[in-house]
Amino acid sequence: MSRAEGTGAERTGSDTAGSDRAGAEPTGAQSAGAELAGWSDPGATGLRKPGPLWTLGLFRSELVTTFRRWRTIALLAVLAGVPVLVGVAVKIETSGGSSAGGGGGAGPAFITQITNNGLFLVFTALAATLPFFLPMAIGVIAGDAIAGEANAGTLRYLLVAPAGRTRLLLTKYATTMTFCLVATLVVAASALAVGALLFPLGELTTISGTRISFAEGLGRALLIALVVAASLIGVAALGLFVSTLTNSGIAAMATTVGLLITVQILDQIPQLDALQPYFFSHYWLSFADLMRDPVYWDDVQRNLGLQCLYAAVFGSAAWARFTAKDITA
Amino acid sequence: MAPYETDDSAKAGEAEDVRAGRRKAARYVVPVTVVGVAAATIGLVPAFAGSGDPDLPKISAQELIEKIAASDVQQVSGTVKISTDLGLPDLGGLESSLGSGGAGKPSGSDGGSTAEPSSKLLELASGTHTVRVAADGPDKQKLSLLDKTSEYSVIRNGDEMWAYDSKSNEVFHTTGAADGKERKHDEEKDQKKGQEKGQESGKGLPEDAPATPQKLAEEALKAVNDTTSVTVDGTAQVAGRDAYKLLIKPKESGSTVGAVSIAVDAKTGLPLKFTLTPASGGAAVVDAGFTQVDFAKPSASTFDFTPPKGAKVTEGDKLKDQGKHAKQEKPARSGEDRGKGLEGGGPKTIGEGWSTIAEFDMGGKGVPSADNAGNGAVDGFLNSLGDKVSGKFGSGTVFKTRLINVLITDDGKAYAGAVTKDALVKAANAAK
Repeated sequence: MSRAEGTGAERTGSDTAGSDRAGAEPTGAQSAGAELAGWSDPGATGLRKPGPLWTLGLFRSELVTTFRRWRTIALLAVLAGVPVLVGVAVKIETSGGSSAGGGGGAGPAFITQITNNGLFLVFTALAATLPFFLPMAIGVIAGDAIAGEANAGTLRYLLVAPAGRTRLLLTKYATTMTFCLVATLVVAASALAVGALLFPLGELTTISGTRISFAEGLGRALLIALVVAASLIGVAALGLFVSTLTNSGIAAMATTVGLLITVQILDQIPQLDALQPYFFSHYWLSFADLMRDPVYWDDVQRNLGLQCLYAAVFGSAAWARFTAKDITA
Repeated sequence: MAPYETDDSAKAGEAEDVRAGRRKAARYVVPVTVVGVAAATIGLVPAFAGSGDPDLPKISAQELIEKIAASDVQQVSGTVKISTDLGLPDLGGLESSLGSGGAGKPSGSDGGSTAEPSSKLLELASGTHTVRVAADGPDKQKLSLLDKTSEYSVIRNGDEMWAYDSKSNEVFHTTGAADGKERKHDEEKDQKKGQEKGQESGKGLPEDAPATPQKLAEEALKAVNDTTSVTVDGTAQVAGRDAYKLLIKPKESGSTVGAVSIAVDAKTGLPLKFTLTPASGGAAVVDAGFTQVDFAKPSASTFDFTPPKGAKVTEGDKLKDQGKHAKQEKPARSGEDRGKGLEGGGPKTIGEGWSTIAEFDMGGKGVPSADNAGNGAVDGFLNSLGDKVSGKFGSGTVFKTRLINVLITDDGKAYAGAVTKDALVKAANAAK
């Protein structure tokens, strides 16, 4: 435990965006190697055959590195701020007695129900952040994963350790997915806190008009957060693939976010409706189907299937690229 | 020997490079394979699913129709997918601005509620919609129109009729005369949806199986006479159930209706799918069918509705006049109903069966055609909407959809029907 944290602390010690590993990495790689020897088998076989604990150690070290970066913390802070903004705006708008969203159904999904039940702020916040803020944050993290290391010149040191490229790639992807989950949960938790502070809680009405208890509502909110996090798997895989194509972290982030915006625009063009079911963002808002009673699973399943497909295609493409790539930095 | 050695090693090095290059390239086979497998799965699974037509005993068209008539399904719940492609321009943005325009006014104006049924009807006129139906006997029905992140539900529980729009959080409520109200609601829907009506109109007619395409079948069967051929066209799987396919085709030419196909559940006789294909080919004009159906009793809580806290509730009575008004437009707009509606002292009809044409006298001048309208912008606009035609009757403009064509002559007559442009011109010539 302390080993991995120590490694992370070392590596993030000189944390300035983009070049955080430049100085510390050799130490990190060495200590990671030592960690392996210490953890899996102190004997002679350790260096040749890294065990599962080694992967876990690498993963932990990656996680700590990622989550200690200022830019990660800033991203999470921005995400946490969205529900606060929405909640305060709705509170101010409805304080005069008028209904939210102008009463005509404008604005993000579920916004009209927030005043009746603070739990709806969770759904509204997720609906508001899912189209752009969340995937953009994922794009930044995923795009930076490989290209950022290459840019900072730390990638080859990472590979000096007997991790193997496939293992490193898997670790990077796992870290990105963890960030998906954490980012979504941050939005949900912040929304729940703001909703509980500003609005009443209690039994809630599903969008089908039936009533469910608050506990069930909380359960559905958690389920929705998980589905939203899973909706980002596709973007994460795409970002990771882009990240293996270039040695510039900024280029990878910009490409990923650019692709995201392009796909979202294409998804709005009616003439492309034959293609749209294959866009990774097409079924994102299907998480709202979980608020129907009974739940309508079709689009949620399609969404998850599509995300898995993107993960398989771009994950394997990233693997093909990364394992065959000449590492020059 | 030395040169040889160098040569050998150089060759070996090259070979190594080539091999390494190949090995690198070979890795890309993995993502390509994944894409290929996915594409094959997406492409082939529906084909395989479609090939497994169930084996059912042979049945005559007459027996199948009786089966439909004898159908007595009281409890059903399921998901219906309705696709309408009338060839109208996409009114998506317009609809929503119209829809919210009425209700989106500042509170205090006497505008309606977005939860009022008639304000939702335009939405069904184009595009694909998912509708959930649930019914338990004649007194309890629920119909939900699933939107992207919201839902519009109409719930009938005995005397109470609620409509809830989750998007605007507005509720529409009527009591007592719920039955009549429902029927009116359905009729209004019919008028907008043309042929796909009856999907839900069972609700207004408790003796029917509720919320089913049954009404559609009845309507189609009324038209059975010497102008129509009715056959059983094999079997199909609809919503996981074995079904017979009833095929109804106009015998004469000139109609834009190619065929109407109704899939009837082999066990219960409940129509499960209704498809109207145009004579011109291409995608179905109306395709309404269950994607999932369950004949078990829906849970009682499905039909319970309490307005959520803070929701704006509109009581139905205030809106009665509005509803009536909408109803009066019916004869002019309805598709399949034209014959029935018109015989009752409405406009003149020409022909019979599928190629019936309705003739209206619009009194004054018709839509000015390009010749006599001075304004260039107006000309362009009109021309973009319709084709100019001329004949013995003079000249006029034909407005086309994939199902219904309307000819408006310059002297103020209108001919409308589910017939081709030529048939309209012929009718206009004959009427002259």
